Amino acid sequence: MKTPPAQLDKTTFGFWLYLMTDCVLFASLFATFAVLRANTAGGPSGKDIFDLPFVLTETVLLLTSSFTSGMALLAARAKVHKQVFFWLSATFLLGAAFLFMEMREFTHIVSEGHGWRMSAFLSSFFTLVGTHGAHIAVGLIWMFVMMFRFSASKISANDLRRLTLFTMFWHFLDIVWIFIFTIVYMFGALS
Amino acid sequence: MSTKKNGMSLRNAYLVGFLLSLLLTLCSYSLVTRHTFNNATTMALIASLAVIQLAVQLIFFLHLDREKRPHWNLLTFLLTVGVLIILVFGSLWIMSNLDYNMHPRSDTEEYIIKDEGFHKN
Amino acid sequence: MLGKLTLDAFKHGPIVTVGQISMVLGALSVVGLLFYLKRWKWLWREWITTVDPKKIGVMYIVVALVMLLRSLSDAAMMRAQQAISVGSNHGFLSSDHFQQVFTAHGTMMIFFVAMGLMFGLINLIVPLQIGARDVAFPFLNATSFWLYAMGAVLLNLSLMVGEIGATGWLAYPPLSELAYSPGVGVDYWIWSIQIAGIGSLLSGVNFLVTILKLRRAGMTLMKMPMFVWSVLGSMVLVVVAFPILTATLAMLALDRSLGMHFFTANAGGNPMMYINLIWAWGHPEVYILILPAFGIFSEVVATFSKKRLFGYAYMVWAIIAIVFLSFVVWLHHFFTMGAGANVNAFFGIMTMVIAVPTGIKVFNWIFTMYRGRVQFTTPMLWFLSFVLTFTIGGVAGVLMAVPAIDFQVHNSLFLVAHFHNMIIGGVVFGYFAGLTYWFPKIFGFKLNERFGRYAFWCWSVGFLLAFIPLYILGMMGATRRLDHYDASLGWQGLFIVAGVGVMVILAGVGFQVLQLIVSIMQRDKNRDKTGDPWDGRTLEWSTASPVPVYNFATLDPVTERDVFWSQKQQKQAAKIQYEDIHIPRNTPIGFLIAVSALLFGFAVIWEIVWLNVVAVLCIIGLVMYRTLDDNTEYVLTAQEVKALETKGAKA
Repeated sequence: MKTPPAQLDKTTFGFWLYLMTDCVLFASLFATFAVLRANTAGGPSGKDIFDLPFVLTETVLLLTSSFTSGMALLAARAKVHKQVFFWLSATFLLGAAFLFMEMREFTHIVSEGHGWRMSAFLSSFFTLVGTHGAHIAVGLIWMFVMMFRFSASKISANDLRRLTLFTMFWHFLDIVWIFIFTIVYMFGALS
Repeated sequence: MSTKKNGMSLRNAYLVGFLLSLLLTLCSYSLVTRHTFNNATTMALIASLAVIQLAVQLIFFLHLDREKRPHWNLLTFLLTVGVLIILVFGSLWIMSNLDYNMHPRSDTEEYIIKDEGFHKN
Repeated sequence: MLGKLTLDAFKHGPIVTVGQISMVLGALSVVGLLFYLKRWKWLWREWITTVDPKKIGVMYIVVALVMLLRSLSDAAMMRAQQAISVGSNHGFLSSDHFQQVFTAHGTMMIFFVAMGLMFGLINLIVPLQIGARDVAFPFLNATSFWLYAMGAVLLNLSLMVGEIGATGWLAYPPLSELAYSPGVGVDYWIWSIQIAGIGSLLSGVNFLVTILKLRRAGMTLMKMPMFVWSVLGSMVLVVVAFPILTATLAMLALDRSLGMHFFTANAGGNPMMYINLIWAWGHPEVYILILPAFGIFSEVVATFSKKRLFGYAYMVWAIIAIVFLSFVVWLHHFFTMGAGANVNAFFGIMTMVIAVPTGIKVFNWIFTMYRGRVQFTTPMLWFLSFVLTFTIGGVAGVLMAVPAIDFQVHNSLFLVAHFHNMIIGGVVFGYFAGLTYWFPKIFGFKLNERFGRYAFWCWSVGFLLAFIPLYILGMMGATRRLDHYDASLGWQGLFIVAGVGVMVILAGVGFQVLQLIVSIMQRDKNRDKTGDPWDGRTLEWSTASPVPVYNFATLDPVTERDVFWSQKQQKQAAKIQYEDIHIPRNTPIGFLIAVSALLFGFAVIWEIVWLNVVAVLCIIGLVMYRTLDDNTEYVLTAQEVKALETKGAKA
C-alpha cells in the first residue's frame, strides 16, 4: 500500500514527539547524574577512570555515522538503490564500532573493580551512558532489518518512511551524545 | 519537502553540519586537554559549545529551519527544552539547597554506620 | 528455574485469603460465563484484537471500574480499622497488612482507576469531537491499552503470589530500598506502574498527534470543543511528565535489582533525589487527571444550560496557564524535608498562583449557567456537587501552599482530606458526569435518571461525611497511615463518622450498579434514536448512537465553534456524497506485546532469568513483525457505507 503525504507527516510528527519524551527521560538521568557525580563514596571519580582520547574516538565515530545516515536518506529519496545500501552499511559499521568501544570501556572499568555497586557516581554514570548505549543497540537492530529490505526489493513508500524515522532517531542519539561527551566526560575530566 | 532553500541543497547542509560539529567537538576537547583557562571558564565555554552544536545539528541534520507552518516540531521542541531546563536546574537548585541546610553527608554516613549498626554493601 | 518464587509466596493470612477467594471466584465466573455463552471467539475477534478506539475506550472503563471496586474495598477496610483500633483494641488488620492496604489503595486509585477512566473517555470522545474517523495510530492505541491492563493484572497478581509493598503509593526511599523492604512488594509496585506508565506515555503521544493533526477541515484550534482543549493540555503534560516517572522507577528498580546506589542511604546515594523527581512527575500528574474533568464540565454545563460556554478564550488560556504552572510547583509536596526559606517561598507562591486560572474556570462555568435554561440532569448534579467540594479542597490547598502552615499539617489527615477533595470531588465526579453524559453515544441508550440521582446523593453526602472529619482530625494531629491510636486522644467519634461516610459512599456505588442493571433491562424504553439525546452542541452528537465503525460517513468542513448547534439552527439538509473509507485491520500483536511485558515484569520481580530473556525476545520479534507488515488496512467502499447508513436511519 502507498503511504500518502498526510500519513507520513502524521507519523514523523508522532515519532518526533516520542523523541521529545526520550529527551525528558535523558534529562532525568542527566539531572540525577549531576546531583550524584561528586558522591564517589571512597571510589574513583570521573577523572580517575575516563580515557579522553578513547572517548574522542567514540564521539567522532558516532558523529560520522549520523552524517552517513543522512546520506542514506538522501539516496533513498533520490531512489538510488545501491547508494542507500552503501551508506546504511557504513552507518551500521560505525554504530557497531561505537557500541563495541563503549562496551570495552565498561568492561575495563568494571574489571578494575569499579562496578556500579561501588558508589552513587558510578551507578549514575553506568546508567546514563548505558541507556544511550541501549538506544544505539536498538538502532543497530533497526538498521539490520532495514538493510534486508533495501537489499531485497526496490524502495517502497513504507521503506522510505522507516528510513526517515530511523535517521531522526539516529541524529537524536548523536545530539544526546554531545551532552554526554560534554557533561559526563569533559566536565568529569576537569573537576 | 523541498530540497533547496536558503540556496543550500540538503546534501551540502549535511556536509556543513558534519564539519561544523566535528570542529566544535575538537574545540571543546582541546580546551579541556590543554587547560588554556581555569576550570570554571572552561566549563562555561564547553557548555556553550555543546549548545551551539545542538543548534547546528537541529538545523543541518534535522532541518528544523525547513519545517512548514504551523511549526509543530519546533514548538514541541521548545516546550520540551523549557521543561528540561525547569527539571534539571530546578532539581540542582533544590538539591543544593537541601545539601546546604542538612548535615554534611560524610558525617551522617559515619554516624549511621557507627551508632545504628548499618553497614555498607 | 523459578528464581525466588517458592511455595511460600502463596501462603497468606485469613483476610488476604478472603480477597484471593473472591478474586478467583470472580475470574472463574467470567470464564464459566464465556464458556456457557460460547463467547470466546467473540471476545477474541471483537475485543482483544480490536484497534477501534470506541471499543478500546469501553475496555478502559471496564478495567477501571473493576479496579475501583477492589480499591474501594481497601478504603472501607482502612476506615473500619481506624474506627475500631483504639486503646487496647488493635483492630482486625496488622500494622504491616494495613500498610499494604493503603499502598494498594492509593496506587490503584491513581494509576488504574483515574487514569483508566480518563483514557477511556478520551478514546471514546476525542476522535468524535474533532470530527475524525480514528486516532492517529490505532495499533499503538491498542498496545497502550493492553499495557495498562497488564499493569493492572500484575498489581492484582501481587495479592495472589507474594505481597504488595508497605511503602505508600509513591514508595519513598530509603524505606523502599532493598535494605528496608527486602520482599517482592516494592518490585510488584515498580513494575506494574512501569508497564502501565509506558502505556500512558504512548497514549499521550498518540492523542497529541490526533488532536494536532487529525482535526476536521476548518476546525482551527480556537474552534475546538473545550473537552478537546483540556485533553490537549493533559496530553502535553503526559508527554513531558511521564518520562520522568519512567526514569525514576527504572533507577529505583536498578537499586533493588542490580545493587546500584541512586537513592540508598549509603555509598553516596541520595533518597531526596527520588522524592524530587517523583514529584516533578507527580504534580503534573494531578493536573493530567483534573484537566479532562474540567473539559467534561465545560461540555456538560454548556449543553444543559442551552448556552454557549462563557469566556471560551479565557478557558483556553486558563488551561495553558495551568499546564505551565503545574511544572513549577512540585516542591510543595516536600516543604518540610529540608529546603530553605527562599526555595519554599518560591514554590509556595507558585502554588498559590495556580489557584487563579482554576478559579477563572469555576466562575466561567457559573456564568455559563447564568440566565441559561438549566436542566438538572444527573451530569449537571455532579457538576454542582463538584463546585462545592472542589472549592473546599481548593481553599484547603491554597492554605497548605503557605509553607509555615504546611509545617503544621504535613502528612496529617488534613492533607488526606484535601487531596481526596480534589480527586473525588474533582476528578471522580467529573468522570461520572462524563460517563452519564456520553453513555447514550457509546451504547445507544440513556442511563436511568432516578438511580443516577440516588447514587449522586449518596456519593455527595457520603463524601462530606467521610472527609470533613478528616480535616478536623488532621488539625488535632492525627497523621495519615495510622493503624492504631490512643483512646485518650478523643478521635474515635470523628473516625466513626468518617466510617459511616464511606458506608454511604458504598451505598452510592450500589445504586450505580443497580442503575446499570436497570438501564440495560429498560434499554428499549430509553433508546437514543436521533444520536442527539441531550440537544448537544458538538460534533459527536451529529453521528448515530452507537457510533458506526467509521465514526462519520461524510466529512463536511467545520465553520465555527459549536458547529453542530448552528447546523441544527439552520436546518439545512446537506447533500450526502459517500466515499471509500480505510479502516485498520484487527491485530493481536498489541495484546501479545503487553502479555510479554507482563511476563517480563513478573520475571524481574521473581528473578527468573530465562523468562526475562524469552519475554524480551518476544517483544523484539513482535515489534519487528508489526513494523514490516504492510497490509494493515482494509477498505469499506462507498456503497457499503451507504448501505450501513440507510439501514441505521430505518432502524
